[in-house]
Amino acid sequence: MSEAVDLGFPSLRLVPKTEAPQTAKDFKTDQEVRWCPGCGDYAILAGVQSFMPELGLKKENIVWISGIGCSSRFPYYMNTYGMHSIHGRAPAIASGLAMTRPDLSVWVVTGDGDALSIGGNHLMHALRRNVNLKILLFNNRIYGLTKGQYSPTSEFGKVTKSTPLGSLDYPFNPVSFALGAEASFVARTIDSDRKHLTETLRAAALHEGTALVEIYQNCNIFNDGAWDPLKDSDHRDSLTFRLEHGKPITLVDGSRGVYRAEDGTLQIADVDEVGRRSLLIHDAHAADPSVAFGLSRLSDPLSLANTPIGVFRDVKRATYDEMFQAQLHKAQEGGRGDLAALIAGKDTWEIAP
Amino acid sequence: MTKEVVQLDQVIIRFAGDSGDGMQLTGDQFTSRTAEFGNDLSTLPDFPAEIRAPAGTLPGVSAFQLHFADHEIMTPGDSPNVLVAMNPAALKANIKDLPRGADLILNTDEFTSRNLAKVGYDTNPLDDGSLDSFRVHPIALTSLTVEALKDFDLGKKEAERAKNMFALGMLSWLYHRPTEATIEFLGNKFGRTPEILAANIAAFEAGWSYGETTEEFSVQYEIRPARMKPGRYRNISGNVALSYGLIAASERAGIPLYLGSYPITPASEILHELSKHKNFGVMTFQAEDEIAGIGAALGASYGGMIGVTTTSGPGVALKSETIGLAVALELPLVIVDVQRGGPSTGLPTKTEQADLLQAMFGRNGEAPVPIVAPCSPADCFNAAIEAVRIATTYRTPVFLLSDGYLANGSEPWQIPSIESLPDLTVQFASEPNHTNDDGSMDFWPFIRDPETLARPWAVPGTPGLEHRIGGIEKADGSGNISYDAANHDKMVRLRQAKIDGIDVPDVVVDDPSGDARVLLLGWGSTFGPIGAAVRRVRSEGLPVAEAHLRHLNPFPKNLGEVLKGYDKVVIPEMNLGQLALLIRGKYLVDAIPYNQVRGLPFKAEELAGVIKDVIASV
Repeated sequence: MSEAVDLGFPSLRLVPKTEAPQTAKDFKTDQEVRWCPGCGDYAILAGVQSFMPELGLKKENIVWISGIGCSSRFPYYMNTYGMHSIHGRAPAIASGLAMTRPDLSVWVVTGDGDALSIGGNHLMHALRRNVNLKILLFNNRIYGLTKGQYSPTSEFGKVTKSTPLGSLDYPFNPVSFALGAEASFVARTIDSDRKHLTETLRAAALHEGTALVEIYQNCNIFNDGAWDPLKDSDHRDSLTFRLEHGKPITLVDGSRGVYRAEDGTLQIADVDEVGRRSLLIHDAHAADPSVAFGLSRLSDPLSLANTPIGVFRDVKRATYDEMFQAQLHKAQEGGRGDLAALIAGKDTWEIAP
Repeated sequence: MTKEVVQLDQVIIRFAGDSGDGMQLTGDQFTSRTAEFGNDLSTLPDFPAEIRAPAGTLPGVSAFQLHFADHEIMTPGDSPNVLVAMNPAALKANIKDLPRGADLILNTDEFTSRNLAKVGYDTNPLDDGSLDSFRVHPIALTSLTVEALKDFDLGKKEAERAKNMFALGMLSWLYHRPTEATIEFLGNKFGRTPEILAANIAAFEAGWSYGETTEEFSVQYEIRPARMKPGRYRNISGNVALSYGLIAASERAGIPLYLGSYPITPASEILHELSKHKNFGVMTFQAEDEIAGIGAALGASYGGMIGVTTTSGPGVALKSETIGLAVALELPLVIVDVQRGGPSTGLPTKTEQADLLQAMFGRNGEAPVPIVAPCSPADCFNAAIEAVRIATTYRTPVFLLSDGYLANGSEPWQIPSIESLPDLTVQFASEPNHTNDDGSMDFWPFIRDPETLARPWAVPGTPGLEHRIGGIEKADGSGNISYDAANHDKMVRLRQAKIDGIDVPDVVVDDPSGDARVLLLGWGSTFGPIGAAVRRVRSEGLPVAEAHLRHLNPFPKNLGEVLKGYDKVVIPEMNLGQLALLIRGKYLVDAIPYNQVRGLPFKAEELAGVIKDVIASV
């Protein structure tokens, strides 16, 4: 629908660029933000609004689509086009929009319940198709909008209103899920770390195809402190692996690192013990997702020890929307169809007056 | 040898055999040649949901019925004059539908004791006298085919498979059908395997020659071309006509068509058909499930496409929440429901009209959706255009209620000129439409057109119209989230008023004598059977009126007046009285429902009996 513009963001090359400089304020709406005071969503919203001008896109060519849940109110607060849809279905709706409108930058906001419970099927298929969507999954390990039931990412045994004796569900690891679903881009970041959040959003925006960004987000009402060990300045550096392409994988404090054991599994050991040269070098562009998957399994869902943060996987694969449009163009190379010829078909007869 | 030629005014043939015997293909070819010859015709394919049930069993019987005539006909016919049964199962499954004196062409090779036992025949009907009231033509179709192909380098199994072509050749001779196009069709189908192609042609020709020479058939039949309105014709099935209607609507609107769909019987063929026409800019997406199919279609509509989803009843159940979202968002969307027997999986390959109330009411909250229903296979073309017109004009999801009978049945269609199709040009929003208190301009997504009550269709990419919409109740005008009680009451009524106010043509009553006191009211695919029944009743000198509804929501404005003009209103439906419930509720008319849910269209003779009983009671 519009001229192609090279933005330096290959995934957005068909989206028209703005001429006027933008600021975060341009992306704010006049609607009162109605999340609970202290909710992690505020930090993510501010982070996204600050990042958006960097894309340099015309605001009218940006669309935010969400499902249902606290996080899904997000589109109302972004001064772009937006749709607050129904529970779990945002990836399906966004797919229909993105594949028909290559001139749009389409973003999906979802939560752990929306994306992984009711909408698991759509998320899985969006990821494998590699539609040009950026999916932000706010993971707070609880159902907030329905007031505090356990979610598919809640830790085993979680006591909530619906599980007074503890939840019996083994939790999903969204990164493992996405890698298993053939995702071409998977990353994880934290609501309170603005710098890392922005870096991760940038990487996702640069990626051609579906990008899944899991954002650890705090629900201070129903699951306060769920990610505290990863935020608390006393502990976080000894609990978090910071994944950076081309660099050895170590905890932020450098004490321990990841290496490949003889049985092929990824193991963690003191760097001094195994030696720096034995450490695994992070390759986000590796075609084979098995190392990325191995990395996603390092963290302990209860204590959060050994949690990797950053881009797990970022590989090039033909995008669905691009191939979809290519088929359309190819079919019309020989000229557009002739409606009269189509409806008549090849086998007609004439009744004379 | 020249045989006597007998003139007939109409014939009903049913081809029946195992699912693997190629009966649908045989029927299709016979139909195409009949259309080419110029007879009016109507077809009824009737096949099992199983792809290949065990050979020779009753559940595996697949049949194709064709009614053709030298005059206008409206149905595939009540009972066949001719049954071609390829095995004992096909005979057993169909014999009850045949009137005395009907012709039975039986493939004797398959009437072995094993095959007879498989379907519960204790004695062989070929010689136990049970078929004495029929004209039986015992013909060894399989061995005649194998004999005809003995010079080909084919295995016995492969040669036997051509027996449907032998049968087709024989029937083509018997009813004077043209042959060239059948041979051309075989060329296209088997062109890549010359040996198989040659064998099929040889079997077809052997069947023709057999008909000519055998003493089994003493006469040849001729059914003269029907006198139809002048013009160019083709034969078309409902699913193809519906697909073409959607493409035509897209062309006339100047907006690309987008189909989001998930395969389901009997609607999948629309997905297949539309997928072939990307050169019209038609976009098709086979989604991961029914919900994603409609979700993607709604996303495309939001982006300015004509979003369509195709399904059957079980799929509609899954899509209900998204249809409700489309009602709330007030975006165009067409939901095609090719109805089949229900509830649940029900009868996937059989027809029914039992989704009317699901289409009407099957959502949470007050969520009115317009409903359009085609009345014949070819009419699916016009109904699809009408559904798109309503969706785009009123920014609303629209139900298009076809059914299994319309979908697979076919009839001759006078091809319309493109210019005669309605202009569906759409005006997208391009300018702000609201002045703020400070004098600045803004875009409010829920300011309505005073005439249609439609809201603006503002697609992403339009500068200055950035806005947010959602399933939460919106403030009238601004579209911002609103939980205000009075606003909700207003919005519910506005959405209802928009649908109630849709401009639909008046229903036309057919009452040639003007003396009728009984009205037959129908909708959808009962049009043919009701029409045929009414014709029979009138031919006996009894007056009866007939009206058929294309629009089920809203009803035509004159419907109430029409209903009040008759002493009795009879509503035949392939459900347990769904339209009758709506009519009684809305118009307080004591309508008489007549209902069958047998998975097959009504028989004209039965309906005629019902009508006569009601007339007698007036």
